[in-house]
Amino acid sequence: MSLTPRETAITIRGLRKAFGGQPVYSGFDLDVRRGDILAIFGPNGCGKSTLINMAAGLLPRDGGEILYDGREVSEIRVGYVFQNYREALFPWRRAAENIRYPMRRMGLPAAQVEQRLQGLAERFRVRFDLNRYPYELSGGQQQLVSIMRALAVEPEVLFLDEPFSALDFETTLSLRDLLQRVLKELGITTILVSHDLEESIILADRLLMLTRRPTTVADDVPIDLPWPRQAEALASPGFVALKARCLDVFQKAVAA
Amino acid sequence: MRALTGPALGALGFVLLWQLAVLLRVADPILLPPPAEAFAETWRGFADGTLAHDTWRTVQRTGLAFLIASAIGVPLGVALGAQEKLYRGVEFVVDFFRSTPASALFPLFLILFGPGEGTKVAVAAFGAALVILFNAAYGVINARRTRVLAARIMGASGPRILVDVLIWEALPQILVGMRSGISLALVIVVVAEMFIGSTDGLGHRVINAQMLFESGLMYGVIFVAGALGYALNLLFILLEKRFVHWSGR
Ligand SMILES: Nc1ncnc2c1ncn2[C@@H]1O[C@H](COP(=O)(O)OP(=O)(O)O)[C@@H](O)[C@H]1O
Ligand SMILES: [Mg+2]
Repeated sequence: MSLTPRETAITIRGLRKAFGGQPVYSGFDLDVRRGDILAIFGPNGCGKSTLINMAAGLLPRDGGEILYDGREVSEIRVGYVFQNYREALFPWRRAAENIRYPMRRMGLPAAQVEQRLQGLAERFRVRFDLNRYPYELSGGQQQLVSIMRALAVEPEVLFLDEPFSALDFETTLSLRDLLQRVLKELGITTILVSHDLEESIILADRLLMLTRRPTTVADDVPIDLPWPRQAEALASPGFVALKARCLDVFQKAVAA
Repeated sequence: MRALTGPALGALGFVLLWQLAVLLRVADPILLPPPAEAFAETWRGFADGTLAHDTWRTVQRTGLAFLIASAIGVPLGVALGAQEKLYRGVEFVVDFFRSTPASALFPLFLILFGPGEGTKVAVAAFGAALVILFNAAYGVINARRTRVLAARIMGASGPRILVDVLIWEALPQILVGMRSGISLALVIVVVAEMFIGSTDGLGHRVINAQMLFESGLMYGVIFVAGALGYALNLLFILLEKRFVHWSGR
């Protein structure tokens, strides 16, 4: 896939990372188009979390570069949604206070903080009380609060690490719907790590399938299904064909 | 009401057993007076103000030792916990003195602080501070990594993470440390009151009662000391519930 520099939000070149002498990435390249939702799918332990943690600046890399329109990650605003919302939210702060937190760190004036909080609550059609503590909310509500917290800073790039893997299916479906609608409305460049193939296809503009370590790209699949993609999209012929192709690639990559 | 029935029955059973032991003459009546006599003498001790004064003095010393211990142990423990390498360096020393019986330190502290109030409070503060420090440091070291990363990605600097995340993450463990610390301070203060020239305090009173064969009073003082320790423990458990509402949820 060739992109003009203007279209590219994230450029990864020659990325290297090893743990205890065991390489995870040895010369990994990737370009992500602005506004795209890129899903990353691959076998357990292939380095999906490692990749977005390096991209988000949470983990040092051994070599190579990750640039955002020429800037380092420290120079841009990013949002990150962790897999385990229980361990990512601050349980000593109410949900609304959790969402205000990154805005306060940014130094936004109080009025704007409230305005954005309101805006997010409306966008995500929040019907529960944000003045509750996280542990008083359901798992889906907690992860929704995490997502709102990540979006509160109006990030240029959003990272999601298996955000729905701890939730039941019904909750997952409704959160997926909400998330895709909001991300497409706001046009935020997103990297979504998922271990669910259907989810990767339904939420993404492009699906990157990774191999086992040392990690390479097994397939790079453009997903041009029309938006919005509701649950019915899971039965559309386009979706079914894509899923069959990806399953095939995955089985070959894992067997290899 | 229901919550109190169990403990009340337990206490009643204990008193009945005691009365039974007296009736069966298990021990010399001088050594084991009937419960009623112990209560009467304890009551008299409170009525004439002396026992209340002793209790108050012990509470004062324990409280002072605890305050000093917390003022040193909490900040130092949090600071060391935030620098795990540094903590690993001093861990041996902390563990060593934490394991040293505080009573073995009396002579040393007597040289340092003299035979007055200072030594009693200082030894108790020393012992309690180590327990509090150790717990605070471990609370910080065991902070959920994900929360620290989340704070970092939201733009929190090092000191901000300490104030906004690490201290909160460590709070349950800090309160556990304080609870152990105040219990230990009480133990050390009572022992110090027995053996380091004292004129008041529960430790002084209990050993005096023993030497004067006022065994009823002696048992009374023991119970007062026990009730004090129990109450302090309970107080901290309530504080933990109140201030660490998120714990375990
Ligand atoms: N801090 C670490 N130390 C050593 N090995 C690690 C560390 N983090 C991840 N790994 C290893 O790197 C590989 C990739 O991990 P990860 O990115 O978490 O995989 P996943 O694709 O499941 O998210 C795994 O084999 C894991 O064991
Ligand atoms: Mg992972």
